[in-house]
Amino acid sequence: MTTRDTDWDGVRLHVVTGKGGTGKTTVAAAMALALATAGHKVLLIEVEGRQGIARLFDCPPLPYEERKVAIGLGTQGTGQGGDVYALAVDPEGALLDYLEMFYNLRRAGKALTRLGVVDFATTIAPGLSDVLVTGKATEAARRRVNRRDDSHVYHAVVMDAPPTGRISRFLDVSTEVSGLAKVGPIRTHADTVARVIRSPQTAVHFVTTLEEMPVQETLDGIAELRDRTGDAIRPGGIFINMARPAMLQGADLAAAASGSLDVTELAVGLKAAGISDNHGLAADLMTELREHAQQIALQDREREELLTSGRPHYELPMIPDGIDLASLYQLAAALRQQGAA
Amino acid sequence: MNPVRLDMDRIIDDRRTRIIVCCGSGGVGKTTAAAAIGLRAAERGRQACVLTVDPARRLAQSMGLTSLDNTPRRVDGVETANGGSLYAMMLDMKRTFDEIVEAHADPDRATQILANPFYQSLSSSFAMEKLGQLRHADEWDLIVVDTPPSRSALDFLDAPQRLGRFLDGRLIRLLTGPAKAGMSYMKVLNAGFAMMTSALTKILGTQVLKDAQTFVTALDTMFGGFRERAEGTYQLLQAPGTAFLVVAAPEPDALREASYFVERLDAERMPLAGLILNRVHTSPAGRLSAARSMAAAETLEMHDRPNEPGVAAPRYAIATAALRMHADRMQLSKRERRLAEHFTSAHPAIPVAEVVAQPEDVHDLAGLRVIGTILSRQGS
Repeated sequence: MTTRDTDWDGVRLHVVTGKGGTGKTTVAAAMALALATAGHKVLLIEVEGRQGIARLFDCPPLPYEERKVAIGLGTQGTGQGGDVYALAVDPEGALLDYLEMFYNLRRAGKALTRLGVVDFATTIAPGLSDVLVTGKATEAARRRVNRRDDSHVYHAVVMDAPPTGRISRFLDVSTEVSGLAKVGPIRTHADTVARVIRSPQTAVHFVTTLEEMPVQETLDGIAELRDRTGDAIRPGGIFINMARPAMLQGADLAAAASGSLDVTELAVGLKAAGISDNHGLAADLMTELREHAQQIALQDREREELLTSGRPHYELPMIPDGIDLASLYQLAAALRQQGAA
Repeated sequence: MNPVRLDMDRIIDDRRTRIIVCCGSGGVGKTTAAAAIGLRAAERGRQACVLTVDPARRLAQSMGLTSLDNTPRRVDGVETANGGSLYAMMLDMKRTFDEIVEAHADPDRATQILANPFYQSLSSSFAMEKLGQLRHADEWDLIVVDTPPSRSALDFLDAPQRLGRFLDGRLIRLLTGPAKAGMSYMKVLNAGFAMMTSALTKILGTQVLKDAQTFVTALDTMFGGFRERAEGTYQLLQAPGTAFLVVAAPEPDALREASYFVERLDAERMPLAGLILNRVHTSPAGRLSAARSMAAAETLEMHDRPNEPGVAAPRYAIATAALRMHADRMQLSKRERRLAEHFTSAHPAIPVAEVVAQPEDVHDLAGLRVIGTILSRQGS
């Protein structure tokens, strides 16, 4: 359909992780909108039961069912974007799905749920529920239209995944399960899932803000993925979220940071705008400007730090009014423009 | 509506307060808050111990913690003039569990349990066990704990219950052998039984099923004791000596989670002391509104725009930048204020402490001290 090159051509499963509070769900949603170019269906999957996607797209809570939630970001010339579907996966639903799909055993599955098999899996063997959840995502990524038409149902699948601290364990399903099951069907299933996750079709994207802890966790997360899977699971891009733009440049910015800007100059400016410098307003604004400059300096330092990872990176602006549907499209446009989708 | 102000010093100075639990969603500054409270309590004369799960490396270093070893370590550089002290410990979940197994099972059985593949992947929701241990050791008169970063911040409350549900469940009785399930029970179940075992075998395979059986049989006796203690700790949390603090950032998701937490604690009759609203943006020039500031910036830009030959740089560049930046900050602050008010109107009786956003992350005792001071000087 489109001949436009993006940084992730060939990737069918985009796993989006990030430290809590960095806007992981928002970025995953924006990525789905950006990937859904004309004629391309995209599936956005949520795995942590927060119903964050429903909230973002302003629709009722998502059931365990693929539902259309939005239309992708349009392109000039080719017009409106493709459909964006969403799905909230929980281990219980994924278990029933797995039983039905592979063994036609839905009723038995319900009995198992009543007997506490799901509790069993989440309490004693979290690796088992992870393999069911990731299994659903890889199944959607591989799904074909039908026997005669072997094109993929979804152009791409975007997963709003668990946070950075848990991501490599979550994705390293075959290792997690192999400790539990040396042979058997669940092992075979885990191996199939692992083949997709460990192929060039899957990329793990990291969302971060330009603050110390999220940046550190991002770098640790990339390193852990490498240590654990030896590059078999591919780190994708770094998505810098909520970056604040610098209001001053060069020498002015440096002067603001060191507090050596001229207050009188600011006061003269205020007066020219019709604002009187009462109770030291200019001095107070100067304090704010200094804090702003220090924050920009910190952002620059953290950005440098992120670049040491050598991963492609994308920047998304801070939306001071909070995220709504319109701002999601704005973020999607920013991603597409930077080549992320 | 103005919320009730949280009186942090009253809580930490009250000798009857023995446990403070900081909870909230990930990335809101829970660990920092717990460390700051522990430090302040120690410097006001308490024998405090901070129990933390996987803190950010730099924060751990600020408290002198370099290794993950399940033993409380004394934190150096704490002001001890008031006779207090501060210990801190990073919790290693697996080791905690190993210790329990070793303490409660005979050596043979312990070896069997520790070698079982199921044991190797045990879930990480057992922070409460360690809390119970520390509380009973009675070496510290105040324990400050931050809850694990989990899928749901409420996991730690559910852990004893989930474990109980699992152990009392029919599945476990099936796994531990039909003899235990009882005859009448087997009759009811018989119809579905074959189908069920066949399904279990299909999902898990016979080997896994066998391992699970061995594991459960091995744990059967020991787990009983474990569950009792988990329930004991749960009751300890409901006792008057415990204070829960919900930590949130002024963002919709974090506050929604906080609301849920507040309701949940109330339902469980856990004593909630208040909300810590972290990383609030304020302005020293709050008397200049966002709208006026933005308008002024535009006025100046218009002044600067006319072509004046010979004027190289705009005259009001700094003032324009300051006004635009201020307008953004006021807008953000206003939005945060609305979100906070939303919370307060839903939970009017809950005391709130606000901590202004710090220009940099906290990574030393001085930084923790600043947070502690802010927490204790609310609206006074």
